[in-house]
Parts: sequence; structure tokens; C-alpha cells
Amino acid sequence: MNDEVSGNVMVLAEHTGKQVSEGTFELIGKARELASAMGCKTEVILLGSRELAGQLSGADIVVCMEHPGLIEYLPEAYERALLEVLVQRPPRLLMMSNATIGLDLGSSLSARWDAPLVAYVSALDVDGRAVTATAKILGGKVLAEVELKGERGIVTVLGGALSASAAQLGGTPEVIDLVPPAGLDSLRMSLRQVLEPDPGDIDISAADMLVSVGRGIESQDNMEIVLELADALGVPLSASRPVVDAGWLPKTRQVGQSGLKVKPRVYLALGISGAPEHLEGMRNAELIIACNTDAGAPIFGAAHFGTTVDLFDLVPELVDKIRG
Amino acid sequence: MRIVVPMRAVPDLVEEIELTADETGIDREYLTFVLSEWDAQALEEALLLKDSSGAEVVAVGLADDPEIDQVLYTALAKGADAAVKITYSSAAGSSGSAGLRTADRAAVLAGYLAAQPADLVMTGVQAADDLDGQLPSALAVLLDLPHVSVAVSVEEAAGSVTVRQEFAAGISHELQVQLPAVIGVQSARQAPRYAPITRIRQAMQAGGLREVTVTLPPARSTLIVRRMHRPEETGHAEMLAGSAGEVADQILGLLRARGLVKG
Repeated sequence: MNDEVSGNVMVLAEHTGKQVSEGTFELIGKARELASAMGCKTEVILLGSRELAGQLSGADIVVCMEHPGLIEYLPEAYERALLEVLVQRPPRLLMMSNATIGLDLGSSLSARWDAPLVAYVSALDVDGRAVTATAKILGGKVLAEVELKGERGIVTVLGGALSASAAQLGGTPEVIDLVPPAGLDSLRMSLRQVLEPDPGDIDISAADMLVSVGRGIESQDNMEIVLELADALGVPLSASRPVVDAGWLPKTRQVGQSGLKVKPRVYLALGISGAPEHLEGMRNAELIIACNTDAGAPIFGAAHFGTTVDLFDLVPELVDKIRG
Repeated sequence: MRIVVPMRAVPDLVEEIELTADETGIDREYLTFVLSEWDAQALEEALLLKDSSGAEVVAVGLADDPEIDQVLYTALAKGADAAVKITYSSAAGSSGSAGLRTADRAAVLAGYLAAQPADLVMTGVQAADDLDGQLPSALAVLLDLPHVSVAVSVEEAAGSVTVRQEFAAGISHELQVQLPAVIGVQSARQAPRYAPITRIRQAMQAGGLREVTVTLPPARSTLIVRRMHRPEETGHAEMLAGSAGEVADQILGLLRARGLVKG
């Protein structure tokens, strides 16, 4: 390792206790590229469950910290454990997902470890010793190129932004065990139970086609017209997050980062702007057709076909023509 | 229980976003600002706690933020018990809060909360422009409080709260969190309530925004924005032209070709 580089590129592994998440492999793949450009190593932090180290063959080093309180994610426990890792083995760059754990701990680690943080990162580059992160902000409408100067930094990376392929390389990482910090048994919060999704509803991830509706539907009363279209086509109705948050469709119908990832043959997006969190859930659909009156909506960057015709004009036409 | 809800407005994403001439920020002059959707969810969840257990709900905002009066009066119209506008003076001089980073924003709010402690701080899990990270945990560190983000339900339980924290694919964790605490709200248990414009006007006429001043420590953020730009299109949809009827025909043609529509 080059002595001038203060540390390695470090990735926080996210896991269920049994399986390392797909997003973690995307991060490891990118970490390997950056480490190679900076002449340092790729380290992966594995909290809770040491036996998962075998899944992390893309890493040079796996830093394990075993403790019963770290097997399931708990914000305060993870924060203390991660801070301990950062203090003992300060990396040049810590990479986390921009999902729940990154949203939860990014800012607090940034403050406690005194390192700048860039959120919503979709690309990373090394320029000499400076790391440049590109963040998708304002619902994906603006990209900000941000330089992380200094000796340390944290990025939270959007899912689906990077390729996972490089992380699958076979290797045998060195495993380093760290002792958990004191205080993991005296936290101000506890995990009471893990709740699985309600299995009672339709599984949208198994559908051949989805009619999906976003904020552009404007009100609950208007949901009737898209329900009618889904019904005429005989396919389920799904939605982006604002529609589910408004309570107009159940959580089981949500597509995106905090909902489900879907890969239907056809995804008809109605009034969906295409925020990065939504694109993460549907970008792999075989055919994406998007309807949005805003010609600049990011959804058109992901769709195969698009129209700026108003959905309130288009949907009744579709229903009439299907029903003949 | 005293619940403080930090709120603010963000650029309306329905509109075109213009960049500044030097391309390192967004041009705010002609932008419309609307209440951050996650802050609306946080306020709703706080009001639900008020409905069920009689908590006191205080909406707070930074005085220099765009549309902050509108945001706070709307909160009062929806049922907040009080609204506070925070002015800050900085050692480095105040340049308005429009370009404030999350870390600085957290410092202002922590200054207020240190003097006026809350049992529970509830705010939006994120905002559309929080490039340097999210407010809830940045604020929690400064106040040395436990924090949970991506909450989809917060309920009171004797000296603590029961919080549901959401993960991908519909999985969630139920946590017991001691008070005081900071919660980043993803969504409330029900859709945010509506405040009729007449009630917002009444709140405005009644006045009643309290004003406090805090001293902001020197800025801590060290991000250097080199450039902002619109996404370069690596691909773009083929746009279907024509009337609604003509576009519908083209879409049905695509579906028929895949055997998804008969006829």
C-alpha cells in the first residue's frame, strides 16, 4: 500500500443475517475500481455475523465485528460499531447504500467522525488523490459534481447506479476481527420485532405487465380512471411512493427503493416523474412506456417510449379502445 | 410531551430547475418553493400523536428560508399548537439560509432545541436538495440523542416511543426508543391532513409566529461543488406524437405486438 494514501476504500456490507444484499456487491465492485486507481485496498465491514465473510470474495480485507446486538440492524448499535471501525482503521472513503442504513447513519457518522458526506451518489471518480462524487439531487433533475478533499469522506450511493459484476471475482480476503465497543448492551433503543410484508395482496413483482401511477394522478378520486385501465388490461395497478404515502394504494403495490423491484415485460408509467429511488425499482423492465406532461421528467431517460399527452386524456382513450 | 417539528420548503420539482451562471448552484430567483413532502409527513405523524395522547406540537423553521411563513402558518392551520421562526447570526456573517448545508441547518436547530428542549423531534427523513446528508441524524448528534430514520409510524409508549423503521421490499423493524429522541419520518400512518385556505388565512391574520435568535457556530461543511448540470441523456424515450387517441393507438400497438392486448 502506498504510504501517502491515508487509508483504504471501505464498504459497509448490508445483510439479512443470511445473505449479503445485492447493493453491497455494487458498492464492492466500485470500491475495487477506486482502490486500484488510488493504490490502496478494498475493505468490507461486516457487522454481526462473521459467517457471511465467505460471500465477500471481492474484498481484499473483511473487517468483522461480532456481537449479538449487531446481527439485525439497529441504528444506535450500528452507529457505535461503525465509529469504532472508523477510528481503528480510518479509511480514505466509506461507501454506504443510500437506502435506510445510509439515510439513518450517513449524517451522524459524518459529524462524529468529522468527514464530509455526499448523499444520492450515482458515480464516483478518482482525480489524483481527490475523490469526486456525482450526486443526483432534486428528484434526479440535477447532477452535482462534488469534490471530497482531505483525507477522509463518506458517500451514500443510490442502488442500481453501479455495476455489481466486478465484485463477484473470486478471491480469499484477509479477515480481521475487531472487538466491539463497550456500551452495545446499554443502548437507548431496542429491536422488538422484524415485520415481514403483508402477503395478502397481489405480488406485483410476478406480473407480466404493470400499470403504474405516480404523483401526476393528483387525487384519490382520480385513481378510478387508472384502476379502470388496469382492469381493462387485466393487470395489477402499482405506484410510486407518493401515491402509497398518500394512502391511495397499499404498500404492497409500491415500486422503488423502499418498495419492490419489478421486471415485467411492459411497465406503463403514468404521471411518474422518475426520481432515482423509483427508477431503481423498475429500470430493468423489458419495455417501459412513460406518460408525463413534463418533457424534462427523468422518467423519459429510462423509458423506451414516451408521450407528453396528459394522462387524463390518454387513459380514457386507452380504456375505450381496449373495451372496443 | 413536547414535539418539535423542523420544517422547510424546497424547490417545486414540477418546474424547470435553472442553474446559476457559474453552474455551482441552482438559480432560486424564479423558483417556486413548496413544503418538503417528508416534512408534511412528519407534521402529520406529530399531529396524530397529539390526537391520541395530547402532545404539544411546535412547528419550527429558519426565518431566512423561502416561504417559511406560509409553511408555518399552514402547520398552525393543520393543528400545530405553536410555530417558531428561528433567526441566526453566524460568526462568519449571515448570508441567508437558502444555500445552507444540512450540517449548518442542524447547528441552528440544535441551538434552538438546546434552549427549548423537546421530548421528541420529528422531521422529514430527507429533502430533495440535501446534498450533504439528511437532517435528522445530523441534529441528533449535536443534541446527543438517539435517532431513527425512515420511520413509517411513531406511537407513544410510557417514556418511550414505538417506531416502525422501513427497509426495502416491505420489511420493517419495530423499535422501542427512549425519549428524548429524533425521528426522521418517511411517511405518516395516514395521508397528511388538508388545511383549507380560509383557515390558513385565519392563522396568518392572527399572526402568532414566535421569533427566536440563535448564534450559529462557524460552518463545518467542507464539500466543494465543482459543477452542477442536468443529467446527460444516455438514452431517451422515443416520443410518441399525435393526439391522445393517436398516442393510445400506438401504445396499444406495442402491447398487441407482445400479445398483452387482444385484437
